[in-house]
Amino acid sequence: MNAFELAAQLRAFLPSEAVLHEIEDVRPYECDGLSAYRQLPMVVALPRTEEEVVEIVRRCHAANVPIVARGAGTGLSGGALPHSEGLLLSLAKLKRILEIDPVARTACVQPGVRNLAISEAAAPHGLYYAPDPSSQIACTIGGNVAENSGGVHCLKYGLTVHNILHLRVVTIEGDILEIGSDGLDAPGYDLLALMSGSEGMLGIVTEVTVKLIPRPEKAQVVLAAFGDVRAAGNAVANVIAAGIVPAGMEMMDQITTRAVEEFIHAGYNLEAAAILLCESDGGAEEVAGEVRQINDIMMKSGAIDIRISRDEVERLKFWAGRKAAFPAAGRISPDYYCMDGTIPRKNLASILSGIEALSAEYGLRCMNVFHAGDGNLHPLILYDANRPGELELTEEFGARILQMCIDAGGTITGEHGVGVEKINQMCAQFKPGELEMFHAIKAAFDPSGLLNPGKAVPTLRRCAEHGAMHVHQGKEKFPELPRF
Amino acid sequence: MQYLIDQFTDKIRAAAGERKPLRIRGAGTKDFYGHFTPLHLHAFGLSDVLDPTAYTGVVDYEPTELVVTARCGTRLTDLEAELSNHRQMLAFEPPHFGPGATIGGCVAAGLSGPRRPTAGAVRDFVLGVRMLDGKGDDLSFGGRVMKNVAGYDVARLMTGSLGTLGLLLEISLKVLPLPAMELTLQIPLTEAEAIRRMNLWAGKPLPISATCFYGGQLMLRLSGAEPAVGAARAIIGGEEVSDAAGFWVSVREQQHPFFSMGKPLWRLSVKSTTPPLSLPGTQLIEWGGALRWLAADDEGEAVQTAVRTAARSAGGNATLFRHAASSLTVFHPLAPGMMKITRRLKEKFDPAGILNPGRMYPEL
Repeated sequence: MNAFELAAQLRAFLPSEAVLHEIEDVRPYECDGLSAYRQLPMVVALPRTEEEVVEIVRRCHAANVPIVARGAGTGLSGGALPHSEGLLLSLAKLKRILEIDPVARTACVQPGVRNLAISEAAAPHGLYYAPDPSSQIACTIGGNVAENSGGVHCLKYGLTVHNILHLRVVTIEGDILEIGSDGLDAPGYDLLALMSGSEGMLGIVTEVTVKLIPRPEKAQVVLAAFGDVRAAGNAVANVIAAGIVPAGMEMMDQITTRAVEEFIHAGYNLEAAAILLCESDGGAEEVAGEVRQINDIMMKSGAIDIRISRDEVERLKFWAGRKAAFPAAGRISPDYYCMDGTIPRKNLASILSGIEALSAEYGLRCMNVFHAGDGNLHPLILYDANRPGELELTEEFGARILQMCIDAGGTITGEHGVGVEKINQMCAQFKPGELEMFHAIKAAFDPSGLLNPGKAVPTLRRCAEHGAMHVHQGKEKFPELPRF
Repeated sequence: MQYLIDQFTDKIRAAAGERKPLRIRGAGTKDFYGHFTPLHLHAFGLSDVLDPTAYTGVVDYEPTELVVTARCGTRLTDLEAELSNHRQMLAFEPPHFGPGATIGGCVAAGLSGPRRPTAGAVRDFVLGVRMLDGKGDDLSFGGRVMKNVAGYDVARLMTGSLGTLGLLLEISLKVLPLPAMELTLQIPLTEAEAIRRMNLWAGKPLPISATCFYGGQLMLRLSGAEPAVGAARAIIGGEEVSDAAGFWVSVREQQHPFFSMGKPLWRLSVKSTTPPLSLPGTQLIEWGGALRWLAADDEGEAVQTAVRTAARSAGGNATLFRHAASSLTVFHPLAPGMMKITRRLKEKFDPAGILNPGRMYPEL
């Protein structure tokens, strides 16, 4: 089916402005937050109701047209990259908050509602939605479910999967699934977990019920500077060993603090090899006690400089630098490439020295910001896309960082998803049988393979052809497949 | 220990070849739980047993990483003792239902205890699994790190699947520090008022870690740092209970007198604000109002219909948790669309249909 035929079919039940197919109209949808990958979709549809979503899905299913769902398009792994012969299904117009129940502490919202809008709507009741990805002013809850988004507070408060109760999902076959419940569990297999982080491959989410939690009375942050990265890493372990689960625990290296300090003036120690931001939240007395404890641990762990936020203004100032890390990368470099590996925290120092060595090898600078509490590392590789070959070098550098994460017992993506970006690294992290199981799970939901095809899970053939395949213990990973 | 895995693999492959049902059974502490239980199968001589309890031991535990990895046969008591040595715990407070309970059975059953509404359920703490599927393939999903979105979340899918999708070999779990202190308060209240207050308090930043209402008394546990617990105690009021630890164990393990009436036991998982449910029998409430236990007057169809309808209209579901050889469906029936996906998933993981057939639903 070509663009005109599909658009005509959709206009039979959608207003004409909700169906786009002229190149200038579909151009804004050509990429998500990973702008290195671009592809024009055949048609864009913007339904306003679940009934319209069902009808769109039915038509596409009947005509064998692939569907790529999209929220705000802030994803960083190309999960919402359009399909050249497919429909880009924008859920942006499904943006109503259907119910805030302050007593049961839940919010029922449509998928296009922004993450922060939920917390704003819950604020009058002293409640909020905990997962706070850095894009929370723009990203949608539907996209958060698709990516299982985290944020800086997830060691204590969990990821999206821990904070949702119920989903309505439209399957490619046009069924509406009610997954989860208004209680704390549901019968049968845990499809709520399967949907979380499934990158639009299993179904289209049309309604999400999230948990709201009481806003802590107080939050305070300890800003500690360290002369070397290893000491900072040990300080994190020492805080955990003392039985403290901090509300947030972030690390930045020197190149990052210098880049952000220049325009944020957060007051970071620029001589430090690394700084830690460790936040405590709870009741006033509880926070006071915990902050004293954290302060002592930082001192004993060799901090060269410690500051404790004296008020809310200063707390936000300390955080402002961390939140400006990505824009700072954009200020000091024409382009940057954000990586997203997770490692067991104890391996931090060796990974960072590995990254430093690679940085020298490739002649590319790399800033490191780190969700230190949960081991999620975001190296930002600085490059210039206008220099021929530099993007390719950057991607190779990034792939080698991810390989180090796998070798350290970690994973290729902590929270940004696989999308198109890390699909080759999936071959290094998983065995053929595991990848086959992923394909089987997709087929259970989407037998015709029309939902976001080609993303998240590589075919075995692709893995065999992919150059960066790894030989473990002298055994090739795909002995049954031909080599090219 | 690879020889044990090889034995398990051979057993699964042989059973798949003959299409003969295989029941995965650890210590058997949860034999009572499920639709067509192992006891039924055993009585009919319908299945062979795969006992993985020899595959035991902690593979990796680093307290400062907040992660433990254990083999499926590891006893819950041993694992919890090891964590406790480092002042850490399984925060979902799993029921054992017997001295030999294993971590494999705990995760496969997917049952959580009193701390669940605030700390999270078993599935919230499962980070990764190594498993054998119904073809005997040795597969690993998830990992040993807190954040991991590579591939579908099979580790959590396995949680609570009652051995119908595969044999869990090793499980990585997030652990949490033990609270600095705990105390339990007792407050006499009506049922409606207890439900109202549990929801009200849950909406405040108070360190409530467990609630239980029975016989006109609300028991409420506070866990955390001393100042937080002290401040909360002043707000909540009531009398402090002695031997509180014993009380919460009795609720978790269903040794409390409420659970000893010998009647069919229903578990209703509902929206926490659901007003008192009028059903034939006696009730005990947990989880801030979200869990209602019913010791039902009888096993008749009429009771089943009433219970299922009540749970459904309260936004939840009902499970016939303990029963005497009933012919009733144990788990809440799935909508057709959900059953379609469920059946397909089962076929993908266990194409020969040999793993714990009927344990969850008759058609699985």
